Amino acid sequence: MSEGPEVTLPLDGWHRAQGARMVEFAGYSMPIQYEGIIAEHRWTRASAGLFDVSHMGQLIVAGAEAEKGLESLLPADLAILKDGRLRYSLLLNDEGGIVDDLMATRRGDHFYVVVNGATKAGDIAYLEERLPRGVVLDHMKEQALLALQGPKAVDVLARLAPGVERLGFMTGGAFTLGGAPVWISRSGYTGEDGFEISLPSGRAEAIAELLAGQEEVKPIGLGARDSLRLEAGLPLYGHDLDPETTPIEADLGFAISKRRRAEGGFAGWHRIFREIEEGPVRRRVGLAVEGGQPVREGAAVVDSDGDEVGKVTSGGFSPMLEAPIAMAYVPAASAEPGTEIRLVQRGKIFQAKVALMPFVPHRYHRKGAA
Amino acid sequence: MTVYYTEEHEWISVQGDIVFVELPEAGRQVSKGGEAAVVESVKAASDVFAPVDGEVTEPNSALGDDPSLVNTDPEGEGWFFKLRLSDPSQLQGLMDADSYKAFADSQ
Repeated sequence: MSEGPEVTLPLDGWHRAQGARMVEFAGYSMPIQYEGIIAEHRWTRASAGLFDVSHMGQLIVAGAEAEKGLESLLPADLAILKDGRLRYSLLLNDEGGIVDDLMATRRGDHFYVVVNGATKAGDIAYLEERLPRGVVLDHMKEQALLALQGPKAVDVLARLAPGVERLGFMTGGAFTLGGAPVWISRSGYTGEDGFEISLPSGRAEAIAELLAGQEEVKPIGLGARDSLRLEAGLPLYGHDLDPETTPIEADLGFAISKRRRAEGGFAGWHRIFREIEEGPVRRRVGLAVEGGQPVREGAAVVDSDGDEVGKVTSGGFSPMLEAPIAMAYVPAASAEPGTEIRLVQRGKIFQAKVALMPFVPHRYHRKGAA
Repeated sequence: MTVYYTEEHEWISVQGDIVFVELPEAGRQVSKGGEAAVVESVKAASDVFAPVDGEVTEPNSALGDDPSLVNTDPEGEGWFFKLRLSDPSQLQGLMDADSYKAFADSQ
């Protein structure tokens, strides 16, 4: 983590005025909670939550070779990605390790890429080093990013930006919101239907005020963002994913498109191809932890002799299941749902079972689905 | 009954909603300032320190069924454990309600 002073984001004063408790995160001062994590979590699943994720990096990758350049580092099939559509993908190193996870959208003649806040400086350096000459990378520091998530997000946003209701999951478009030009995609990090809104920083406060002023909406802090994504089975970079972990180990094989699997040609392909063929040594799984006590990141997965064979990478309490849940890396032979797993935290043994993820069903708005 | 307070109060504001409490068993010796219990929120775990030396005589089993009592009734049903004091004079080092309020306001 950075040692320097915390940097202020466009909505800093607004969060404080809403009664947020602020903490340092990714070098920024960010709201961890307003009224309380459990209340905010349940509100998001029942209605609509407004998240400020302006710490994330919003990048433009442009130029004739942008698609080819990105395909050399991401395992996504960008060639078949239609205009206005986005993909979850992974920035890879030459060993097949995950440098970051991201969302890439084809937007006219360029790609719009959203990366994690804590990793954006490293990502930019890596992309600048690896993308071919002629590909232009622009970090849009003047853009803020909001997410509106939950079953009522569509009602709220359709009222303020008509037309967004026609977006399907993982598609986006240009809209006007509160008089400002914005880019809205139907995507998010909670497992709920919802939207992510890229907007000019100078308009962030007015738009946050407009959205939070709708009766279905409350502001939600990073605490509930984390518990929501954990229930949704979504990995958090720097915790569940890192440069030593491959997409196959991380159970993110879906992010490796069919054509890319067959053709390869992206960083780390040889190792990833081998793991697809032979299976990985370890795998990310969900755990349902017995008893009521949460098991946290860093707890050890142990075998019957008590030897460490894996690690818990995220753990907490599920407000919807009212039980402790976790993500962990376990030996591949122990990754089947229902397998008994033994954990050790602060000298105490916990029993857990491998659980299917998501822990709480996704409710994305997929076109063609009911 | 006089209620005594320590300066180690920060967990209650930092933690938020309590989802689990790990309590010491009856008979366990605890020492002033040492770990005696653990409170868990959605996000993190924090130690609760013993205010004085003593032997735990009864953990509050009601917290097993409803850990949120720590939030909703911290000075009533949400108690952690009862202690038999080893050194009653240690109570002199704690604060009563008025001094605690003055201390908390100064933080």
